Amino acid sequence: MSKVAIVGVGQSHFVRGYPGSIRELAFEAYAEAMNDAGLVNNQIGASVVCSAPEYDKQRSPAGVIVEHCGLNPQPTFYTESLCCSSTTGLKLAYSLVQSGLHDSVMVLGFQKMSEITSAESQERMGRGSDIQWESPFGTMMPAYYAMFAQGYLDQYGASEEDLALIRVKAGTYGQLNERAVYRKPVELAQCLSADPVASPLKLMDCCANADGSSCVIVASEEKVKQWGVAQPVWIRGLGSASAPVNLALRESFSSFAAATEAGRQAYAMAGIGPGDIDVAEVHDCFTIAEMLAYEDLGFAPRGGGPELIRSKETYKDGSIPVNVDGGLLSKGHPIGATGGSQLRTIVLQLRGQAGDIQVKDPEFGLVHNMGGVGIYGNVVILGR
Amino acid sequence: MSANKKPEADRRFAKFGTVSFTATTKVNDFIGYLEDGKVAGTKCLTCGAVFFPPRAQCHKCREKAQIEWFQIEGVGKLATYSELKYAPTGFTEDLPYAIAVLDMGGYKLFGRIGDVPLDQVKVGMELAPVPNELPNGQLNYVFNRP
Repeated sequence: MSKVAIVGVGQSHFVRGYPGSIRELAFEAYAEAMNDAGLVNNQIGASVVCSAPEYDKQRSPAGVIVEHCGLNPQPTFYTESLCCSSTTGLKLAYSLVQSGLHDSVMVLGFQKMSEITSAESQERMGRGSDIQWESPFGTMMPAYYAMFAQGYLDQYGASEEDLALIRVKAGTYGQLNERAVYRKPVELAQCLSADPVASPLKLMDCCANADGSSCVIVASEEKVKQWGVAQPVWIRGLGSASAPVNLALRESFSSFAAATEAGRQAYAMAGIGPGDIDVAEVHDCFTIAEMLAYEDLGFAPRGGGPELIRSKETYKDGSIPVNVDGGLLSKGHPIGATGGSQLRTIVLQLRGQAGDIQVKDPEFGLVHNMGGVGIYGNVVILGR
Repeated sequence: MSANKKPEADRRFAKFGTVSFTATTKVNDFIGYLEDGKVAGTKCLTCGAVFFPPRAQCHKCREKAQIEWFQIEGVGKLATYSELKYAPTGFTEDLPYAIAVLDMGGYKLFGRIGDVPLDQVKVGMELAPVPNELPNGQLNYVFNRP
């Protein structure tokens, strides 16, 4: 099988209240990725536009976005899998290139969440779960994740402080990320005394909604050679899985089966294991989500996540640096753009262009991006 | 003029929960059971599968499925829960409340904690699902002490 590379990445600033329309927001990531790749529009064979609907008044947003970016008449595909829409877009792009249908495909993720109130947004996000059997009880994302936090803490005797340590780490790196929403250092005591949101999660355990866009351009091995791409980053492993939406149908409240399965597939395709990963971006929409990811991805044994963060092994100089760009907890979480932002961070790391947060000489990087409450799981392994 | 009147849709499911997002489903009888003071699931007599939430269709047996309702009785163990301090639009009047999963052994229920003071809720405690009428006249089920 021939190889597929990422040849360009871009990301807007993630902000509260972007002062522009969705096409303008998407353009920012598009323009940066095109500059990064050194390409012109007729070198892009197709585009995949990724976002979660319900936030925009625009129906079928791919049309106006590719019009604005000058990507007509190339075909465009719109893909949605809640918070992991843009890594689902990457898998689609990979398939389009690997099949030979297109030589290069742009994955453009965006979300403008600020046009509705936080309560409205919680209600809409909650409807990403089972609207027939769960939503009538008054559900929202923090409460769903809180049920996994409660399940995890009870199962392994971990503490709310263990979760808070993850937020402290995010703050350590968030201050260095000029594109993050939240750029202040975070003290442990501040996390533990924060207002409760949904027990046992408190305000500092939760990421913020944000407006943002991300763009990843993939290309065939042939195009990488033809264009003389200096530092291609190769897609080495891709895994995707799904799990029942309704929590009544889940086996475990201390792990995500879809993440575990997606990780297994990605490691198998890449022919490597968790110990080979040099840097990772995991889906930390809540502190508990990063804790579960440590174990679902095999960075720690089951129940071993708290020790991993207590010993700072997931800091930049630890054995497995995780979310050293501040994670969603610092950057904010513009649903459709999130996976592309994670991919961008790992691409920059593998190229040695990550600046203050550069880990030493990484060979393999991993992205873990989840949709809904562990409903959809995508794991991507990239290599030099 | 026209004798062709549209058949009246059975919209009973609109009564489920504080705010229902579904009106018509093939398991509308769930509401009938709640009105009779029962929480009910379904099972497929062909393959023996037990469904909660209830289903009117069986992906194993498809057209050979024979679906029947059964009443949920007895107690289950609290698998996990969360007490909400904020609520989504439409639910703020209900605060504070806790959502939870109750493991009945063989199947689980997603619902709300009922008569247990929220500071006494513990994972593993025994609770029983019971029908409940909400202040706005809607129906749901809650998990109460047996």
